[in-house]
Formats: sequence, C-alpha cells, structure tokens
Amino acid sequence: MSVAGSTPVPSPAPRVAQVGGDERITGVRLVVRLLQRPELGALLGAVAVYALFAGVDSTPGHKFSSIAGMQNWTDAASTYGIMAVAVALLMIGGEFDLSAGVMTGTSGLLLGMLITRYGLNVWIGIVLVLVFAAAIGAVNGYLVIRTKLPSFIITLATFFVLRGVNVGVTLLLTSTVRFDVSDKAPGFDSAHAIFGSTFLAPYNFQTAVLWWIGITAVATWVLNRTTFGNWIYGVGGDANAARAVGVPVARTKVILFMTTAMSAGVVGIMVALRYKGIQSGQGVGQEFFYIIAAVVGGCLLTGGYGSAIGASLGALIIGFAQIGIIFANWDSNWYFTFLGVILFLAVGVNTLVRRRATSARR
Amino acid sequence: MTESKGQAPLLEVRNVSKYFGSVIALRDISMQVHAGEVTCVLGDNGAGKSTLIKILSGVHPHDEGEFLVEGRIVRFSGPRDARAAGISVVFQDLATVPLMSIWRNFFLGSEPTRGVGPARRLNVKFAKQVMREEMHKMGIDVRDPNQPVGTLSGGERQAVAIARAVYFGAKVLILDEPTSALGVRQSGIVLKYVIQARERGLGVIFITHNPHHAYPVGDRFVLLNRGRLIGSYAKSETTLAELTQMMAGGEELERLSKELEKMGSEPELEQVARELAQEASTTGT
Repeated sequence: MSVAGSTPVPSPAPRVAQVGGDERITGVRLVVRLLQRPELGALLGAVAVYALFAGVDSTPGHKFSSIAGMQNWTDAASTYGIMAVAVALLMIGGEFDLSAGVMTGTSGLLLGMLITRYGLNVWIGIVLVLVFAAAIGAVNGYLVIRTKLPSFIITLATFFVLRGVNVGVTLLLTSTVRFDVSDKAPGFDSAHAIFGSTFLAPYNFQTAVLWWIGITAVATWVLNRTTFGNWIYGVGGDANAARAVGVPVARTKVILFMTTAMSAGVVGIMVALRYKGIQSGQGVGQEFFYIIAAVVGGCLLTGGYGSAIGASLGALIIGFAQIGIIFANWDSNWYFTFLGVILFLAVGVNTLVRRRATSARR
Repeated sequence: MTESKGQAPLLEVRNVSKYFGSVIALRDISMQVHAGEVTCVLGDNGAGKSTLIKILSGVHPHDEGEFLVEGRIVRFSGPRDARAAGISVVFQDLATVPLMSIWRNFFLGSEPTRGVGPARRLNVKFAKQVMREEMHKMGIDVRDPNQPVGTLSGGERQAVAIARAVYFGAKVLILDEPTSALGVRQSGIVLKYVIQARERGLGVIFITHNPHHAYPVGDRFVLLNRGRLIGSYAKSETTLAELTQMMAGGEELERLSKELEKMGSEPELEQVARELAQEASTTGT
C-alpha cells in the first residue's frame, strides 16, 4: 500500500494517504459490523431453509414458493414471531420465561370466560386479559428479583401452576376442555377484525402477520434506539455493572417479564377470537419454540446479546419447517428433529460469535 | 462563609462506623479528600475497604458518624444520590459490560436522547462523538465505537470507566482496586490515568492493597486494618517501606515466618519463610 512514496506524483499524495486511512476504517466497519450483527446467522439460515423446502416441495405447482404458500408459512410463523420477539428481549435482558407458552392459553381461556360466562363486551374482556397478563408477568419478575433464583425455575413453577389452573378451571366451569367464544358477543366483530381476521382478499393473510411485523419493528426500535433498550443490553450483559452506573435493574427486568406475558396475552386473544374458542391445553410446550426462535435469531442464553429481527427470522425458519415438511409430504414428526438440528447449529454459531466478541482483538 | 467553603475538603467522613448485625465492618473511620489530590486507601483483604467504598458511593448508609460533601452533611439514599453529588466509583470488575459497544457502555445509565414523546430516541451520533473525544483525552484513539468493550485490554476498560465518570461531572473519583487484576504494563497505564484525573482537579480515592502502586501516585495514605483506621499520613510523613511495613504488620510477618519455619520440612515453604523474615526485617527498621 505504501508504494505512494516511490512514485513521484507530488500533489495527490496526501489525498491518497487520507483515502487509505478512511478505507481502513470502512474496511473494519463493513466486515466487523456485519459479523457484529446477531441476526446475520438467522438470515443466512432462513435463506438456506427456504431454499431447502422450496427444493423438496412435492405439491403440484410448487405451492411452497407461491403466494398461497407464503400465506401458509407466514400464518405458522406469525404467532411464534410475536412471542419470539418478546422472549428475545427478555433473553437479552438475561432472563427466561418458560410460562410464556401456557400463558397464551391462560389468556385465551380468560377471555372466553369473561365473554361467555359474564357476558362482557369483547373489548373490555381484552383489556382485562392484558391487565391480568401484565400482573402475571410482574409476579414472575418480582419473584425472580426477590428470590434471586434463576428465572428458569421461577417461570417453570408458573408454567405448571397455570397449566393446572387452565384445565382445572375450564373443566369446573364448562365441564369440557374448551371455552367457546360466541361471535354474537358485543364487540366481537371489531375485535375479530383486528386480532383474528385476514387481509389481501384472494390470499387471505392473517392479521397476526401484521402484528408480528409491527411488534418486530417496535422491539427493534426500542432495543437499538432508546434508553430502555440500552438498559436491556446492560442488565443482561452484566446486571451488577449496570446497577453500578445507575440502571434500574429490577424495574427493567420486571417490565420485560410483563412485556412477555402481555405478548402472550395478545396471542391468546388472537387464538380465542380466530377459532371462536380455545382449548384448555392451548400453548403448552410452545415456550420452547419461542426460545428456539430467539436463539436461532442470535440471542445468547447468557443474556446481553441478540436481536428482535433475528428472533423474527428464527420464527420464520420455524414457519418454513412446519409448512415445508407438510408440502414435502414427509412425516411431520421430523419437524421436531429438524428444529433440534437447527438449534444445535445456531448455538454453535452463537458460541463462536460470543468468543469473538469478548476476546481481545489485538 | 466563602472562606470556609473554599477550604472544605471535597469529601470528608468523621468517625464513621458501619455494622452488619453483630459484625463491625468499620469502626470510627475519619478521612478527607481534597481536589487535585490522590488519597490512597490501603488495607489487606477484609480490612473494610469495600465497606468504605459502599458508604462513600451511597450503596450502604453509615450507622454512626458524619459524612460531608464540600462541607455539608449529607445522607445518601442510593448510588444515584452519590453520583448527583459528584461521587463516582469505578469498580474493578464491574465497571463495564463486555458485550456492549464502547459508546453504549460509556452512556449506560445516562443516555443522551433527542426528540420528545414516543419519538424520543438515543442520540447515537452525539454519543459516539463524545465518547471518541473523551477517550482521546485519555490518550486512547477509538477506531470503531461499535467495538464491544470486551475486546479492549484491561487497562483500556478501566479508562472507559474513568473517562465516563469524568465526563459525567465526577468531582470525586473512587477507584476500587483498579490494578489488582492487571499485569505490570496495564497497571502502569491505569496509574497514568489516575494522575491524569488528579491533574484535571478531581479528588481521587485510590483503593488498593498494593503500596507499590499507591505510593508513586498518592498524596495522602489512609491505612485500614480489620475495620479500623490504623494510620493516616501525608506523603511527606511516610515512605514506601513504612507503608509496606504497616500494611502487612511487621510483627505478624515475623510470627508467620517462624510458624512456617516450624512446619518447614518442605524446601519451598522454607524459602517462603526466609522471604517473609527478610521482608519483616527490612521494612521493620
């Protein structure tokens, strides 16, 4: 690079040096900044998984890569995506929520109960469900902060408590395992239009897809461009260091737990309104899909690192796999194996990233 | 009034005590910190250094005695109060978040924003620029503000924390064992930052158990042992040898070396005993 000295061109020499200096910086920026992006792996993964299932698609007219196919996999991915984004924020903040899956069921069942048993307006029911979900999230957060136990254990307990309550209360009140939501209820039509309807007439994409995109955008904004986002990274990366510089660690974490539970509330409301009823076992086991999506999206299990867009891409991969395996005419049980392998690969990549990010560069 | 204010030390504690249940963590501690001076707090493990920092930085309230900032009696209800009064702590290992970028670390907890309402957002450009300037003042040229702090060397990480404290208006900078986890070279770099902070007119409290690090940069030395004040000296009143002697406790060293000698069937232990005896005799006189 320092050939400029040997060539006797007087005037542009300083400019060359300056450009060289700038290039060094942009060179570092381009490669390193790309590698610094936590969602890079998920993006490459999503492209690869899409290509795989577009390739093995055995439906007539290659439905997977058509708009009708897109309707299918966005539908599958949307509710995972909404939850994965919330779970990702919580994970970046250094905590888990294993009760997030069952919480969708609890919320939907509560909405069904409020509407069918107490004849409430659907919108009032929705507000009450969200307040209830926020309260559950606050309890989770408060217990984690207060007991200093791992959130894994606390929310596992919440998970089992809610799981029992869901089935028990439903059976007690309806003598069945299902709460119906009557479409005659006041406010049903407007609420249904927003939470459980479709758009783009011939293809009928779910409105949940819009929620998913919106929530991803808001979460990305919060995470990268707001004070609270900086706190999330701080409390997850090193809670003691964050506390030492004045970040309200407890408040940040409790808010994250509340956000997660309220997102579960939204998803529960969506399920209940869309299917005009909800099963008492709804959501059980789903929490793992959210965590898989978040981890595939680049979140570190130890906190402090990750992205909302990545978690959304992780959810998209789950959607691809769920629909792609059906379209490929494979036994759908392979779906789980597939997700397991994807998770393995993602954790491997994440570990490398973390090692890179925390070891001295020079 | 102006006269007394001018003479008042930046920070002063008078006969401060702290108890945790029946445990006496600190007993009857008095010290002063003046602007443009480095006050070294020396003590072995368990001497009460951490408790003292926690009182000064507002983490724990003191149980007895008086705590004055610029001549006024204060009582902090939390670290935020202390910071508002201009007292900042740079903790040895919890100064920065390794996975976060330098600029995010620099402004963590005091983020600059622009816009109002829902459009209120981090002023990233400003944050990066200020961070670069402040780090430059400490003699560090940051190439990439997005670089995670974890990729910096130990000394540079301390520098980020010190630069941050200075930028946010610290008048008193408390450095908690800033050199204990570092090698010789990195320790030297940190000591350079300590002197820089002093030159800028800050009152620096340098907490360490290493008199070799404390003596070259310190103006005053406060020695703690088992929660009690065992001595307070200006630099002119003491020497490095005396400090080392007082810190280790010469008699204790001698006793320890004798005990080791008795046990000394192994050549390595004998070697340690000889060294201890030598240290006790050289520093004792």
